Amino acid sequence: MTLSTTNTTIPPPKAQKVVTQPGDRIFLGLSRGSGILLLVIMAAIAIFLTVRAVHAISHDHGNFLSTFEWNADQTPPVFGIAVLAYGTIISSVIAMVIAVPIGVGIALFISHYAPRRLASPLAYLVDLLAAVPSIVYGLWGAIYLVPNLQGLNLWLNEYLGWTGIFHKTDPSSSARSLFTVGILLAIMVLPIITNVSREVFRQVPKAHEEAALALGATRWEVIRMAVLPFARSGIISASMLGLGRALGETMAVAIVLSASPQLTIHLLDPAGGTFAQNIAAKFGEATDFGRDALIASGLVLFVITLLVNGAARLIIARRKEYSGANA
Amino acid sequence: MKFQRKSRLRALAFGAAAISGALVLTACGSDNNAGTSSSGGSSNTAAAGNITCAGKQANLLASGSTAQANAMQVWVKNYMQACPNTQINYKPTGSGAGQTEFLQGSTAFAGSDSALKPDQIAQSKQVCPGGGQAIDLPMVGGAIAVGYNLPGVSNLVLDAPTLAKIFNAQITTWNDPAIKKLNPGVTLPSTSIQAFHRSDSSGTTDNFTAYLGGAAPSAWSYPHDKAFKGKGGQSAAGSSGVAAQVKQTPGAIGYFELSYATADNLPTVKINTGASQAVEASSATASKAIATAKRVGTGNDLALKFDYATNVEGAYPITLVTYEIVCDKGNKPATLGATKSFLTYIASDAGQQNLSSMGYAPLPAEIATEVRQQINSLS
Repeated sequence: MTLSTTNTTIPPPKAQKVVTQPGDRIFLGLSRGSGILLLVIMAAIAIFLTVRAVHAISHDHGNFLSTFEWNADQTPPVFGIAVLAYGTIISSVIAMVIAVPIGVGIALFISHYAPRRLASPLAYLVDLLAAVPSIVYGLWGAIYLVPNLQGLNLWLNEYLGWTGIFHKTDPSSSARSLFTVGILLAIMVLPIITNVSREVFRQVPKAHEEAALALGATRWEVIRMAVLPFARSGIISASMLGLGRALGETMAVAIVLSASPQLTIHLLDPAGGTFAQNIAAKFGEATDFGRDALIASGLVLFVITLLVNGAARLIIARRKEYSGANA
Repeated sequence: MKFQRKSRLRALAFGAAAISGALVLTACGSDNNAGTSSSGGSSNTAAAGNITCAGKQANLLASGSTAQANAMQVWVKNYMQACPNTQINYKPTGSGAGQTEFLQGSTAFAGSDSALKPDQIAQSKQVCPGGGQAIDLPMVGGAIAVGYNLPGVSNLVLDAPTLAKIFNAQITTWNDPAIKKLNPGVTLPSTSIQAFHRSDSSGTTDNFTAYLGGAAPSAWSYPHDKAFKGKGGQSAAGSSGVAAQVKQTPGAIGYFELSYATADNLPTVKINTGASQAVEASSATASKAIATAKRVGTGNDLALKFDYATNVEGAYPITLVTYEIVCDKGNKPATLGATKSFLTYIASDAGQQNLSSMGYAPLPAEIATEVRQQINSLS
């Protein structure tokens, strides 16, 4: 009622200004409020985690960075992230070494090589792989993958054992090692890498490819000269997304890995641990202080993930300028 | 496109309908169960024993030990069938969380694998007003079995020092002289021993390592802890994980609750305790070991301490007991009646009888009597 009266009286002087209706103001308030709320929630989480983590680290009787064991619930508490950081990074690196070439290969096959009739079912299958819950991967890994990798382990031990990396201290111990975890993680991150890369390959300008073909390039040369340079930053983003999942994977690792506070170069030995696996294993029976300690380890994982993402963004930003495509 | 979207919506709607239909069906199912059992009143009391209900409406919240969760589930079901106006909700959150929640006053009682520490008892005076404090009532016993996977060997005998050395990677092959000596006439393979422990922290590890340290202090020098402290070996998550690994790895040995050995059909080690015969893990032999335990709780507290080096005939030494934690005085008036009534039932002969069939060990008569007296005098 009042609105209609003001509208009728005021229009002439306000006609110059931007018309703001109540709906605009409400929407502005709502969206601004949501934005602020997000920041407040993030800040609250960050402060809470940091306070608890600092409390735990300041009462640690070991060195938080270099201690191997994780005994936060005993008195005095002694815990450190050395084994966890090593295991997390090593298993993720193994996963990347395996998954990036295969993932890019699958994506190239789907986007450039496969006949259309085969390409879409294949893409669909890869999508399905992403929909499997990680606990199912874990069970499959523990029940199927571990016994069946024993042969490969023994072969590696026999022929590549001299490198140290593939040395298996007790050849009859089961294959519940960081190496196996890396293979399992590779399978889990494959769909992410494949899907993102495929989308990037699709966006390669047809003109570039046709130009290369016109110059007499073979299909492989087209991919090498036109597709891959254009897609390089996309492949890096895809790998980083995958790496993020590999770093944080919990249940599958907890089921497959034979965790122990040992830091060893022998990747086939059943030993080691990862951040997420350790949290899953210790959280249930942890005391209040033990939980704080686990939160501290979670923060470290958070920082590692942040660094990895930051590095990826840097690489992408630098590549953009001379990617050969339309920068 | 439009058509596709429509059909997807339809599929979704169909799925939702199917799921809600299933929910309705299951709801009907449980209703039916309750209906039949309450109509056949006499058979119901026979199954659940002589349950004396608390009378007034009550809602009992409890949480804690996962080790006694299976027993609790059966007890709660039996009790709520007999006393429909009492709601009991036992959350198996782990002993540590259970103790914390009880000490914060948010639960009526807690289940726990370990007795309260002195500072926790001091802290409990706040939730047990009027001069009361939290007490430990032993309720559910159990044997920790040592399962193994040795093709061709079915009657393995070990003793505490040998077990300690196996789990500390000092004995690494099955034909080690120490094992041979305990098993005369058995042909042991020369394969290496794969010792499995828990990768997650657990009361089972705590009790198992307490046994190793108590019965073989020279071979096992680590303090008992929920985290495994020994050298070497491999680990798996949960008792089910350890049992699964032992089952699929030849040459493996691992520890877990007796029920997992029964479920997975794994042979278990007989323990040479110094008694005339090596003792096998079972409900009966575990109960016998609990009877040899010493009471260490003061006042109304009935906390027990095991004599792990016991050589009583037929007492299986790797045994644990889990407690219910309540206030001796100053329980909340709203839940006191129901708490007393429920605990009376689970400590009764009828309640304890349920335990053997689930792989737990019932309390020996003498301790059960003390527990019942304590429950009677709760206020």
